[in-house]
Amino acid sequence: MVSLASLRAARTRPGARTPAPPAWLVGAGVIVALLGVLPIGYLVILAGSSEDAASLVLRDRTLGVLGRTLLLATIVTTASVLIGVPVAWLTARSDLPGRRAWTILTLVPLVVPSYVGGYAVVATFGPRGALQTLLEPLGVDRLPDLYGLPGAALALTLFSFPYVVLSVRGTLLRLDPAFEEVSRSLGRGPWRTFLTVTLPQLRPAITSGALLVALYSLADFGAVSLLQFDSFTRAIYVQYRSSFDPTLAAVLALMLVTCTAGVLITEARLRGRGRYHRSGGGASRPAAVVALGRWRWPALGFLAVVVSLAVLVPVGTIGFWLVRGLNAGETFAPVWGAALNSVAASGLAAVLAVLASIPVAVLAVRHRGFVGTLVERGSYAGFALPGIVIGLALVFVAARYLPWVYQTLPLLLVAYLIRFVPEAVGVTRASLLQVSPRLEEVARTLGRSPGSVLREVTLPIIRPGLVAGGALVFLTAMKELPTTILLAPTGFDTLAVRIWSATSEGFFARAAPPALLMMLVAAASLWFVLRQERGR
Amino acid sequence: MTATLERHEVTMATMTEPAAPAPAPLALRTLSLVKRFGDVVAVDDVTLELRSGEFLGVLGPSGCGKTTLLRLVAGFERPDAGGIEIDGRVVAGPRRHVPPEGRRIGMVFQESALFPHLDVAGNIGFGLPRRGRETRVAELVALVGLAGLQQRMPHELSGGQQQRVALARALAPDPALILFDEPFSSLDATLRAQLRGEVRDILRAAGATTLFVTHDQSEALEISDRVAVMRAGRIEQISTPDELYLRPVNRFVAGFVGEANLLPGEVRDGEVQTLVGRFRAGTDALADGARAEVLLRPEQLHMLPVEKLSSPPRPEAVLTIVRRVFHGSEVHHVLRSASGLEIEAATASSATLAVGTEVIAHARAREVPVYPLDAEPPGAG
Repeated sequence: MVSLASLRAARTRPGARTPAPPAWLVGAGVIVALLGVLPIGYLVILAGSSEDAASLVLRDRTLGVLGRTLLLATIVTTASVLIGVPVAWLTARSDLPGRRAWTILTLVPLVVPSYVGGYAVVATFGPRGALQTLLEPLGVDRLPDLYGLPGAALALTLFSFPYVVLSVRGTLLRLDPAFEEVSRSLGRGPWRTFLTVTLPQLRPAITSGALLVALYSLADFGAVSLLQFDSFTRAIYVQYRSSFDPTLAAVLALMLVTCTAGVLITEARLRGRGRYHRSGGGASRPAAVVALGRWRWPALGFLAVVVSLAVLVPVGTIGFWLVRGLNAGETFAPVWGAALNSVAASGLAAVLAVLASIPVAVLAVRHRGFVGTLVERGSYAGFALPGIVIGLALVFVAARYLPWVYQTLPLLLVAYLIRFVPEAVGVTRASLLQVSPRLEEVARTLGRSPGSVLREVTLPIIRPGLVAGGALVFLTAMKELPTTILLAPTGFDTLAVRIWSATSEGFFARAAPPALLMMLVAAASLWFVLRQERGR
Repeated sequence: MTATLERHEVTMATMTEPAAPAPAPLALRTLSLVKRFGDVVAVDDVTLELRSGEFLGVLGPSGCGKTTLLRLVAGFERPDAGGIEIDGRVVAGPRRHVPPEGRRIGMVFQESALFPHLDVAGNIGFGLPRRGRETRVAELVALVGLAGLQQRMPHELSGGQQQRVALARALAPDPALILFDEPFSSLDATLRAQLRGEVRDILRAAGATTLFVTHDQSEALEISDRVAVMRAGRIEQISTPDELYLRPVNRFVAGFVGEANLLPGEVRDGEVQTLVGRFRAGTDALADGARAEVLLRPEQLHMLPVEKLSSPPRPEAVLTIVRRVFHGSEVHHVLRSASGLEIEAATASSATLAVGTEVIAHARAREVPVYPLDAEPPGAG
């Protein structure tokens, strides 16, 4: 989200001063940008070199995947809006008891990795799942089939609707209450005021949240693969595993990237036009709290259902299977190795991503101009690429040109770098914007070269931002699944891979310990996100 | 322009250094400096000289190019044409660009721009070599009156203290030239006035040569040895503050520095005939029948109530007081003529007249600046 906003702000202003950047800075930035566009570039070459690429696109099977993917994205997005908007309004504007707690509880799902969500859904509602195990004594031996569209849609909705809550809630809190008050004073009741005054002002926020959900469901691999729904990501993976011909996988990947790019472009456009709706200057005044009256109980019921499905189910599932597993002799022992791998890979990825973000952010902020903008755009390419696509492209590149790096840690780190550099650039860029260029100019007049200004002034000042960016990348990289599956060295198990493979094979109890650790990571990221929000 | 410069040098010599015939060496020289941003010419053929120890204010409305001029001197921008010499060394010119770190300049910005990760001593010592740093920092801390605050972090200082640290930091490496970019405009009015005087004293004590950019005319007039007035990238006039106020070279400068009445009139017998009397036309370029404007400051105009006159005045000379603006020690009266012209006259608060009073106005001065009309476009504010 950070990255999208910065993408827009990166547009060059006419007349802006753009001193020429030093060559080493441009060099470093260009390398990062080239890495960013490498995967998509290679896939284009691969697909383009095949004569029947066009016919592959139009094949029934391919079109079927496209149709299913779009159907899933539409269902998930619609459902997320229908859940997210009321949740946002209830937690922002009503007198609901325990609003603060509900706010946090409804944001928790945001940080649950989709494969943990998928695991929770499968291990609870699936065949031989927790629910069936509990109901068995009552004579229920079959639950309705969950695999496919219903399960995938359920899992994705439950763990992505908070995007809508986050965006709509923010707008609701900022909204100038004067508009609603004027409407009421002109004789419109609360309902008509909400529908005719408040809702239209929320539209940009709803759209923006909805597009993020759409992006999430297009790019997701974890949930759809566990629930065996053949959307793009799963189809790409299956294709890659089952055949030596990379062309079809490349074509599928490019089609998926086209979809995500479309969503991103729409999102950036809409964001650019969005405005803050305040009628005048002055300090913001919070809107009056709406008394729910007798609607209080249905509202509480609604939130309770949402939170039980999105928070209690994953937590409960993990607890249930953990206890069963431990009783049956499963131990944490094999998990520690995977945890160590996760920490090591993510830690290295965080350091690399932050280092790589520095030249990009400096070029983008301090040397706005052709090169700066190009480098920044290039480094953001990873943002439009689902993990499976980056993983696939690097597998192909390595297999063809650099067989000795295939399935080595460095290649995995490159993939992480491409995937997470946009996140790091977003944070670094934001902290750099807080540093007045005057500080650097003063240092120049006091006898420092551009390089030592960066080292002695700029970097020390933005150090908290760099640390925060690194932490963010670390937490996200811990949860990364598809690139890890495709690129991890043989035997290099991470927590994510462990959860996913155990669940795919139906070993719910074996998946519980790593899932528990992953939930702790998720909790840490939530804490982090909330702390950043408050700092803003 | 040349005439102004020559006249100025006479004034300087007689005013400040009557006994010293040799002028101080040049600290800064810019020669026909030009800087364009796209189609906009931000700095247009600027030539100026600054003697060692001198304090030059660059005054102009926002967007006039004064900050760009400063940034050219500092080395943050490269000129498109022309050159710059600091302390006799060419730092910018054709095929030559000394980066800011090689120019021996100090800079103080509007926002104090103190390094937030360094304390007061760290900030002041930033530009100093390690050897002898502590001694020099101690000297400067004492000079700017912040003794005992060396270990404070920037956010623990008041706005005025921050600017003093910024000044000390700029002075520490003993630069050839100190550049100020609107250093006081983010402070409140009282503090601004106080700090202005203090900074002037500190700079004098340090013997610093200063180029000072501001849009605040009272600030420029109060603390500068000379003031350069800029408009649309060009320098309109460089003079002492007195000269600038009393003898502005054109209507723009007249209007920008102080309050100005520009009274139109026609030249007859070498004199401009106006609503408030006749004034010597001055330049011989003005032939009979030419139209011109005369500059009269509000305090140069005196009002006489019509009812106190012994004989009835010419009807077109009668002015009505339409508004009074109270300024404390004096009161400004806005007078309107029958033809709709508005002029301002100042009196002491004790001698004020009521709104609606009919008066005639006259000026005792005979030799006042006269600007031929049609010869130059009307001055833009």
